[in-house]
Amino acid sequence: MTEPEIYETLTTIFRDVFLRDDLDLTPTLSAKDVPDWDSFKQIEIIIAVEGHFGIKFRTREMDSLNNVGDLVHLIASKT
Amino acid sequence: MIELYWLPRIEDWRERLRHLGETGEAAWDEAVALAAARLDTVQTNALDTIVRRTFAEPPKSLPDKPIRLALLGSSTMAHLHPAVRVAGLRRRMWVETYENDYGQYWQELADPESNLHRFKPTAIVLALDAHHLAGGIGAAASAADVDAALGEICERIRTCWRLARENFRCAVIHQLALPVHPPLLGSNEHRLAGSRAAFIAKLNAELRRMADTEGVDVLALDDRAARDGLFAWHNPELWHRAKQEVSPAAAPMYGELVMRLVAARRGRSYKALVLDLDNTIWGGVVGDDGVEGLVLGQGSPLGEGFVHFQDYARELSRRGVILAVVSKNDEKNALEPFDRHPEMVLKRGDIASFVANWSDKPSNLRMVAEELNIGIDALVFVDDNPFERDLVRRELPMVAVPEISDDPASYAQTLADAGYFEAATVTAEDRARSGQYQSNRQRDQLKASATDLESYLRGLEMRLMWRRFDRVGLNRTVQLINKTNQFNLTTRRYSEADIVGVMRDERAFGATLRLIDRFGDNGIIAIVIGRLQSDSDLLIDTWLMSCRVLGRQVEPTTLNLIAALAKQLGARQLIGEYVPTAKNGMVKDHYAKLGFSAIGGSGEAARHALDLTGFVPRETFIELIEERADD
Repeated sequence: MTEPEIYETLTTIFRDVFLRDDLDLTPTLSAKDVPDWDSFKQIEIIIAVEGHFGIKFRTREMDSLNNVGDLVHLIASKT
Repeated sequence: MIELYWLPRIEDWRERLRHLGETGEAAWDEAVALAAARLDTVQTNALDTIVRRTFAEPPKSLPDKPIRLALLGSSTMAHLHPAVRVAGLRRRMWVETYENDYGQYWQELADPESNLHRFKPTAIVLALDAHHLAGGIGAAASAADVDAALGEICERIRTCWRLARENFRCAVIHQLALPVHPPLLGSNEHRLAGSRAAFIAKLNAELRRMADTEGVDVLALDDRAARDGLFAWHNPELWHRAKQEVSPAAAPMYGELVMRLVAARRGRSYKALVLDLDNTIWGGVVGDDGVEGLVLGQGSPLGEGFVHFQDYARELSRRGVILAVVSKNDEKNALEPFDRHPEMVLKRGDIASFVANWSDKPSNLRMVAEELNIGIDALVFVDDNPFERDLVRRELPMVAVPEISDDPASYAQTLADAGYFEAATVTAEDRARSGQYQSNRQRDQLKASATDLESYLRGLEMRLMWRRFDRVGLNRTVQLINKTNQFNLTTRRYSEADIVGVMRDERAFGATLRLIDRFGDNGIIAIVIGRLQSDSDLLIDTWLMSCRVLGRQVEPTTLNLIAALAKQLGARQLIGEYVPTAKNGMVKDHYAKLGFSAIGGSGEAARHALDLTGFVPRETFIELIEERADD
């Protein structure tokens, strides 16, 4: 799957998780930029991504995620 | 992943959710409609957020009082609350949830000053996770140590249940632990005394037994894990990360399981399974293919799949679910396979209401509900045709219409997963019900042959057997009190403990009434509770009746009983109360019809009085007979 395709799917997921249709994803976007992006929401994102892309994250992989760019790379490496 | 796959996907769900707040008075109906879709965790949380934003308080005129549900656990449950509330919304129930401070379930149950006590729950889920429960167990432990630990934990849980019941008099649901521990021996794990995996299995078995005697319902997550796979429910990474025993991915199904139990205890489970015929319970179209051309039974995998589904439907009917048929067919053609196809599992006698004609299905479903005397919101309709399913959902959103595939092999499992008929107990009444509907049809035939009502009623040779509340009938009494919605003057819901309270109260009486006639036993069809208010006034606290026996003079005969019991307590006047709900409009004039006079009332309740000093028992064709506990 190409990165633009991943960004497109991720944007829908993020907009649904945070209920903000004005949310645009950039590689450097991280939890500190989005109000409500706490550890619960982080897990919700992970669950949604795993479900949508049919992949599974390991503990180390989850720990290595610092921003949207990391997440996109991780998804790309698994799809 | 576990999905709510029996619910339809809604094309423009996202758009509709975004505009929920702008729909004004229709917002609640719209929210209920959006909840009745195949939602994942993100959608569930989003819907919950927007509903909470849109409604500052529960909308008025809901069928049930808001439910205050406490999730008491030993690990994190915050991620499950939205799903529980949305599962309530799916049932038109407003649910408030509460969660104890981390790990403090015991303290909060015991401490009258705790936040839990301030929350005043009307239902409690006690969710103790496997790690917490097996904490003291290890492979080095002896069998005696393990037995002692098991006994201690069971007692601790029993105490929790009792604290919950005594403090809040509410429904208690115990969530059985997921089998999260990897085995140490393997297949014969049970031979290692100190195995945590074996310990949890043993504990779950013991808690099932205990729950039966303590009147607690279990939430069988262990059974779900066996069916869906443990990792559909439990994600070890998320356990280590956030102490979530139930994975957020399973939250929508978790909410469903919890609210099914809550709804079942409130009489809100579905009551009847309505089946389409062609390509739903047999393969082919009987009008075109003829009885001989149907695909049904041995020799074809598809035919065996239909037999399997019919068998499941018949099993459901044997435990109390009513079966009905709605089919677009000439009636003669539709009945023929029932009468003469050798592989038919379902017989005509299994079907309580049979409607085959060319009218639209929504009208026919209304007819079925009317004939069975149950609410239309108690129907589940199974049809292989997506067009018909859609039409029924649009016209009758209160009817449950599962999405089904074109493979009959999956139909039984779909109905089971959808949980429409969740029941916490089975009474002898449930088992006898299908026979009762059969007798009803014979009664209708007598009615058609009798020239006037009087000779019909006399011909029924009715006896109303009444019995004071006792332990034997407790289960059925509580079940009826909590599920009767239509003929119910006050709709007061009571627990077993409340009924025992009535039994002990010298200034009160409670009775169950069973109607027997020449066609059979109708089972317990009415319940009354009376309480002395002053030395002269007896308040009819509860008067409810099954709609099955309407028009048979049960009401005046019951009044004769109430009057007699009230006089025994020294009362000189009966006070009858009518508390209106969304469903009990049919008994609005009940007391007026029985000769009571209106005396105003407080709040929503309308009060009526009847003088007992000059009371003359009403003449009816029913003989009133007392059944004693030792009979």
